[in-house]
Amino acid sequence: MSGLILSLQDAVVQGLLWGIMVLGVYITYKLLDVADLTVDGSFALGGCVCAVMVVNRGMNPWLALLIATAAGMAAGAVTGFLHTVFEIPAILAGILTQIGLWSINLRIMGKSNVPLLKSETIMSQFIEMTGIDKQIASILIGVMIAVVMIVFLYWLFGTEIGSAMRATGNNEAMIRAQGVNTNLTKLLALIISNGLVGLSGGLVCQSQKYADIGMGTGAIVVGLAAIVIGEVLMGKLRSFGSKLTSAVIGSVIYYAIRAVVIRMGMDPNDMKLLSAIIVAIALCIPVMMRKWRLRRSYTEGGI
Amino acid sequence: MLDIINVNKTFNKNTINEKKALWGLNLHLNEGDFVTVIGGNGAGKSTMLNMIAGVYPIDSGKIVIDGVNISRKPEYQRAKYIGRVFQDPMMGTAAGMEIQENMALAYRRGRKRGLSWGIKPSEKDFYRQALEKLGLGLQDRLTNKVGLLSGGQRQALTLLMATLQRPKLLLLDEHTAALDPKTAAKVLSITKEIVEEQHLTTLMITHNMRDAIEIGNRLVMMHEGRVIYDVAGQEKKNLEVEDLLKKFEEASGKEFANDRMMLS
Repeated sequence: MSGLILSLQDAVVQGLLWGIMVLGVYITYKLLDVADLTVDGSFALGGCVCAVMVVNRGMNPWLALLIATAAGMAAGAVTGFLHTVFEIPAILAGILTQIGLWSINLRIMGKSNVPLLKSETIMSQFIEMTGIDKQIASILIGVMIAVVMIVFLYWLFGTEIGSAMRATGNNEAMIRAQGVNTNLTKLLALIISNGLVGLSGGLVCQSQKYADIGMGTGAIVVGLAAIVIGEVLMGKLRSFGSKLTSAVIGSVIYYAIRAVVIRMGMDPNDMKLLSAIIVAIALCIPVMMRKWRLRRSYTEGGI
Repeated sequence: MLDIINVNKTFNKNTINEKKALWGLNLHLNEGDFVTVIGGNGAGKSTMLNMIAGVYPIDSGKIVIDGVNISRKPEYQRAKYIGRVFQDPMMGTAAGMEIQENMALAYRRGRKRGLSWGIKPSEKDFYRQALEKLGLGLQDRLTNKVGLLSGGQRQALTLLMATLQRPKLLLLDEHTAALDPKTAAKVLSITKEIVEEQHLTTLMITHNMRDAIEIGNRLVMMHEGRVIYDVAGQEKKNLEVEDLLKKFEEASGKEFANDRMMLS
């Protein structure tokens, strides 16, 4: 039983730290209405950059996170540039960046795995400072960073530029007629989104104490699954702040489910399949509902 | 005020679908002109409006607003001068955003958008008053999503948004065509009120010949990408629908054909 509680605590930490990535996915998928596949690459990029900065350069872990964020933003800018200036479909632009990043990440690390070993992390600093238990410390840090990011995004998307970004996802023709350069808003949204993803990669790297070339694989599906779970649980809530919160909570629930099914004996490698199925079902339901209603509403004899 | 000088536009050049949409179009609008535009299928009416707004680039020619050559400016930069209402009521508003958010986006047309809050509290009263003038009861629904509104309400809102920040030029592309007759009449009367109140220079495409004659101070008929008939003042007021049909046949040598056109 205590084993389960321990792995659930661990799941909460993971859920919170990955939740920052989910916020990034939320921006592109929900607000901009594009599925940005850069995420898999920029998440690993954030992790790799963070690991190399901490291990090879002995950099302050907070500063390393900042650099991981900047690296993610640069990755988002590449996708945004391909998509807006060269009009490559968003999905394809994201795939191109993601594939390119694989090689770049390997170059950055020089090998496929970099352990942090005894290097300082933001968690170890926090524990040293407060003297509290490792799990609790990680949860506190996770909550704190998630809250800061949600408040930041709430503010950002309430501003004039943020409103224009939301409108771009809503009705591009309309907002262009109102004088907004939609290429710029899309680019900006992709940069911010991937900045969050890079930050999340850096956080996860510090929390698990290693960076791995494969750490971002399937991240986009995890993000979508978390958004779906959050919507199912808290779909009634309408305000923007609560939607962002539900994305992070969805991420925590996702990792809690993962912890439970793995304890029940499922192979962790099957988790990707389970995530894909969750997302696929969530995407199928609205279409099936519509088709079903259409069939039911048919009558042979007119109105 | 607006000068369209020898503008040409061909779509899908050098393909089987090549379509010459504007053939040396010339049009001059004076400050305060309210011009109705009629014409048959494929006459280039919508293309003309889209070229002015910058939706597509023109092949050659010049478009000048108040001395500023806008021919090669991107759409979002031209928006500073131009307010637009589209034929499709879904096109002019963001359905997933609140009425007041839509208005706040429109209120900032042509201005720099920064990191200050998207809607200032002081604006809300202004929006409420503006909505009240529409007489559609929208003033009590500021925080409703626009997607909840009917086509007519959305079109009236789009019109209001286009003129919230006074445009130098208002472009109306058959903005009542998708509405039922009663709603269309309502939106049209709101249009007249707003244009008169703000003395707006306006180009209005219409599918209704009677409206074309009765509304505005000038009427322009287009055919094959250019203006074939241009009439203003008392002469326009005295026109009958039959006169317009006759004029069309004289100028084009063809019978007037427009699937949507209402002749009476």
